[in-house]
Amino acid sequence: MKYSIKNMKTMTRQDWADFLIRNAIYLVILVLIAAIIIVDPRFLSLRVLENVLTQSSVRLILALGVAGIIILQGTDLSLGRMVGLAAVVSASMLQRADYAGRFYPGIENMPLLVPMLAAMAACVLFSAISGWVTAQFQIHPFLSTMGMMTILYGVIQIYFDFGEGGAQPIGGHLRSYTKIATGRLIEFSVGGTRVGLPYLVLIAAAVSIIIWFIWNKTTFGKNMYAVGGNPEAAKVSGVNVMSTTILVYVMAGVLYGIGGYLEAARIGSANPSTGFGYELDAIAACVVGGISFSGGIGKVSGAIAGVLMFTIISYGMTFVGLDQYYQYIIKGVIIIAAVSLDARKYLKKV
Amino acid sequence: MAEYLLSIENLSKSFSGNKVLDNVRLNVRQGSVHALMGENGAGKSTLMKCLFGIYFQDTGRFFLDGKEFNFTDPKHALENGVSMVHQELNQVTQRSISDNIWLGRYPKKGLFIDEKKMHRDSQSLFDKLGIHLDPDFILESLSVSQRQMVEIAKAVSYDAKIIVLDEPTSSLTENEVNMLFDIIRVLRNQGVGVIYISHKMDEIFEIADEVTVLRDGRYIGTESIADVTMDKIVNMMVGRDLDHRFPPKTNLPGKVHMEVRNVTTKYPPIVSNVNFDIRRGEILGIAGLVGAGRTELVESLFGARTLESGEIFVDGKKIDNSRTRKSINNHFALLTEERRSTGIYPVGDITFNSTIANIKAYRTRLGYLNDKAMITDTDEQIGNMRIKTPNRREQIRNLSGGNQQKVIIGRWLITNPDILLLDEPTRGIDVGAKYEIYQLIIKLAEAGKSVVMVSSEMPELIGVTNRIMVMSNGRMAGIVDTDKTDQTEIFTLAMKYLSNTKEAEV
Repeated sequence: MKYSIKNMKTMTRQDWADFLIRNAIYLVILVLIAAIIIVDPRFLSLRVLENVLTQSSVRLILALGVAGIIILQGTDLSLGRMVGLAAVVSASMLQRADYAGRFYPGIENMPLLVPMLAAMAACVLFSAISGWVTAQFQIHPFLSTMGMMTILYGVIQIYFDFGEGGAQPIGGHLRSYTKIATGRLIEFSVGGTRVGLPYLVLIAAAVSIIIWFIWNKTTFGKNMYAVGGNPEAAKVSGVNVMSTTILVYVMAGVLYGIGGYLEAARIGSANPSTGFGYELDAIAACVVGGISFSGGIGKVSGAIAGVLMFTIISYGMTFVGLDQYYQYIIKGVIIIAAVSLDARKYLKKV
Repeated sequence: MAEYLLSIENLSKSFSGNKVLDNVRLNVRQGSVHALMGENGAGKSTLMKCLFGIYFQDTGRFFLDGKEFNFTDPKHALENGVSMVHQELNQVTQRSISDNIWLGRYPKKGLFIDEKKMHRDSQSLFDKLGIHLDPDFILESLSVSQRQMVEIAKAVSYDAKIIVLDEPTSSLTENEVNMLFDIIRVLRNQGVGVIYISHKMDEIFEIADEVTVLRDGRYIGTESIADVTMDKIVNMMVGRDLDHRFPPKTNLPGKVHMEVRNVTTKYPPIVSNVNFDIRRGEILGIAGLVGAGRTELVESLFGARTLESGEIFVDGKKIDNSRTRKSINNHFALLTEERRSTGIYPVGDITFNSTIANIKAYRTRLGYLNDKAMITDTDEQIGNMRIKTPNRREQIRNLSGGNQQKVIIGRWLITNPDILLLDEPTRGIDVGAKYEIYQLIIKLAEAGKSVVMVSSEMPELIGVTNRIMVMSNGRMAGIVDTDKTDQTEIFTLAMKYLSNTKEAEV
């Protein structure tokens, strides 16, 4: 499976055909991007680049969470609700003292880290339950996480009603919290617009690096690939399939917690429907990035590529003013094409 | 030091009253290659499964280096120096060679895996065994023989004292076989005891020091390769009498019914250039070892596999069996080998299972299904074949194997077939039910239907068929008259194309 430049000369026609099919989805997306640039050349600007990267950041963190579960031949439908849970928990603890509808009227301002840990803890708890149920009863993660999605919807509503702020979105965040999502580390002016390096992008980069190390350089990471690729082989080699599975869900929970925390800061408020449908975006990005539903295959770089491409396409289509409904159709076609191309590799002819 | 590195004594194992191993023993010397031989179903794999703790024996003891042991699972055996390289390799093919070798025990350096050590250790393991592979390659990109070598290296890395190789050459070319033998010799010289399971005589004589033969779950004998001939081994493997386990063959073959010409499959496993005729009312057996292409042949005739070439004539007229639906319309029926996965609809009731292959026939003019006709046909089949069931609404999974098989045969009879392709029709069925299935097959032939019957049980083929076609390595090795042949001849034919395998295909 290693293609290197020195092999290029010896590649046969069949090899080229395989190469094109293997990368067809990227070619299609490149064509789309080229089309967007032709329609509106202003798309090629630093400002757009910064926006695309910023919009990709939270999505990437979430996609890396669900990616681990997909590598285990699974999926996670509860991702969106996990984001909602983390967002509501974080936002409820980080409101300004002078804000009228506070969730917890009495409490002092707290360090930014505490609500993030609380959000992470909540997500880890529920995600670990999904993981345990999946491993213990050998049920398909589609079902276990669908159940968890429904449970979380109720949990979030109950928590939301429990606050003092009434039935309005949890807003009025501390400026320091909002700044995480909107601030930049370096900033400069290009042709009158301010651009720079947003904190969000830095956080996403740091998370990606850590996840890369976990996936590739730790026993847990390699066991994850082994369990996803061939659970039977992993078992006879002495890998604890149960604990590996649960740990993958725990890792996903951690990432959902961070993602939800950042998402509430980015939007500026949180309510029970925050994160609605995010699971589909995250799973789609993974699939386009080559993280295979048949398990055992997937890279951090794939998740990054998938998220970036999806964001560029959505942002670009909006940028050139394409109707929202057409955007849905194009995205859907991209997802189906990506999955078909992936499945094509495993078709067995008889 | 004990005389033998590994001793298995008085091993017996029964499954639901059926004795699969009866007082079997096996003694393997240190630094030797010990061949384990026997026909399909002789008990070789059950013996190995008992050794590795996958099954628990009823009686019997195991000794390694004089010390008694009893493994609880393959991992336990592995850690004690007993490992097996299965015919079906159990590997994580998406990952690299060294990832697979060290799976479950990655060397660590602080928090992280010590990749350098992994790579280095894999490399020195390969050097020791004379394997030329880059440990960073992904398994998917390797050939079967290379993957097998990785598996052997993995076994060695556990400091294996005993390595079991199960049919290791079944998908290797001659060159690859030689490379494998080089590795086996290295292992032997290092004092490892190798248990070599194979059907291939020439290989046994080339690589083995001793041979133990099993037959029908019983221990037949152990010989030194230097003092034994091929004929002697074949005799040990097949020598038994046929008792009255079969009904009389009352069918009378008539004129030629079906002609099969040049059937070759397009995708592997390859069946190449098969030609035969079958007469009306004849029962033609198909014999061969596992992997000889018997199932693939009948699937090809039924349109379940893509053909590279081949023609089928029925009563002199060419027919098109390129799809299973067309084959059914041409009055063919295929009873599949794996009843559980491709035969029964487990939670469906008997009516559903009986009528599903012919469901269109029950459609009324208004488009709904005629329950009454389905019930009549099902009851008729239950009566004709004496299917033991409380009633037709019973889920098929609640019936015994023999009765399930009768329902499936009944399903095909409802389609009114002329040519029946039966793939292992008595697999997993008890002796009494087998007799009834034999009777049924002969009765069908008597009624003018032609039957092609694949079986791994030679007594059954000899007891039921009129002629036997023997397949070997995807090719036709010969057709013999059942009355004039014996098991030794069939066995010799079955091994005809096993050596110099790949040249024939290229």
